[in-house]
Amino acid sequence: MATHNSLGHEFKKGLWADIHPFRVLLGLCPALAVTNSFVNGLAMGLAALFVMVSANVIVSVFRKLIVSEVRIPAYVVIISSLVTITDLFLAAMFPAISKALGPYIPLIIVNCMILGRVEAFAAKNPVLPTVMDSLGIGVGFTISLCIMGGLREVLGFGSIMGFQVLGSWFEPWIIMILPAGAFLVLGGLIALVNYINDKKAAKAS
Amino acid sequence: MVKLLMIFISASLINNFVLTYFLGICPFIGVSNKTENALNMGFATTFVMTLTAAVTWPIYHYILVKFNVPYLEYVSFIIVIASLVQFVEMYVKKSSPSLYKALGIFLPLITTNCAILGLALFMVLRDYGFLESIVFGFATGVGFTLALVMMSGIREELEFADVPKVFQGASITFLVAGLMALAFMGFAGLIRG
Repeated sequence: MATHNSLGHEFKKGLWADIHPFRVLLGLCPALAVTNSFVNGLAMGLAALFVMVSANVIVSVFRKLIVSEVRIPAYVVIISSLVTITDLFLAAMFPAISKALGPYIPLIIVNCMILGRVEAFAAKNPVLPTVMDSLGIGVGFTISLCIMGGLREVLGFGSIMGFQVLGSWFEPWIIMILPAGAFLVLGGLIALVNYINDKKAAKAS
Repeated sequence: MVKLLMIFISASLINNFVLTYFLGICPFIGVSNKTENALNMGFATTFVMTLTAAVTWPIYHYILVKFNVPYLEYVSFIIVIASLVQFVEMYVKKSSPSLYKALGIFLPLITTNCAILGLALFMVLRDYGFLESIVFGFATGVGFTLALVMMSGIREELEFADVPKVFQGASITFLVAGLMALAFMGFAGLIRG
């Protein structure tokens, strides 16, 4: 029963307590760069989720074979091979998305979130908890990107996934789809997360 | 010559890596609390960036393209960058211990700076020549240093400001970065056509 509980916990912590872009402040480059629309955020989130889970599983399986002196190069080679697979897959199946995300797909390699999880969790834990941990963090990351992408798209274009949701009275805030908007939205969301936490802490005490 | 100058201005000011492409955000937030650290980190990064451009360009054009294996681009670039940083660290440690002390922990951190890999990828994507790539690498480093130092100056002042509690820390830093990105948009008019 204990293991069952902890597996659920490994998954859930990625969704709120350790949600990466807002709390741990890792994996920020893609979170800021590609979230100018909901679809782009979702695609980037799923791509990172795939690389995250597979890299963690592979490292976890081979964790006893990888010598600790060369572990970082080994991880990087594993991650970059997986990213190459993702990149080629997207280019073949979803050329439009692949074009929109551009060099940010290969940049998943240096996403510190993935290397951080591999180093901190997969290298020390068996496969099953690793799967739950990386799934949780990856899903949390995808959700964060969708929230940011959705928010910026609504404010910047008045639409969600290309559908107009706000009427013609709405004057689009162009700033939101520009780089500056990404910083402003992320700053605001971090403040919101802090606010909810403070409220929760106040209630608990 | 004019083209090189254009690349320099464009990469350092108009398309500043940190503020328009969001590359190198981690060190931008992480080491921008003190101007001195920011300056050292900026120098180290500029150095590695210039070197990266000079090394990855021949590798891409004379090895990967020649043997028709461009899909190995990511794997080979990241290995080259990681070993390059290691070599630079070893060299600096031997040749000038004082510089090594000043750069300290910042050197190994550069490997995980996505701006370095981003630089190599953009260089390939935009089809720059060898000299152009080196200028591009150097200019990107200068732009990175500029953004980092300005941010650290603002953050030193922020310590004395009365920031609402929920906005403290990372949140206010991002809001400041947003305003900086807005200000940098003003440079867009520098180059026409």
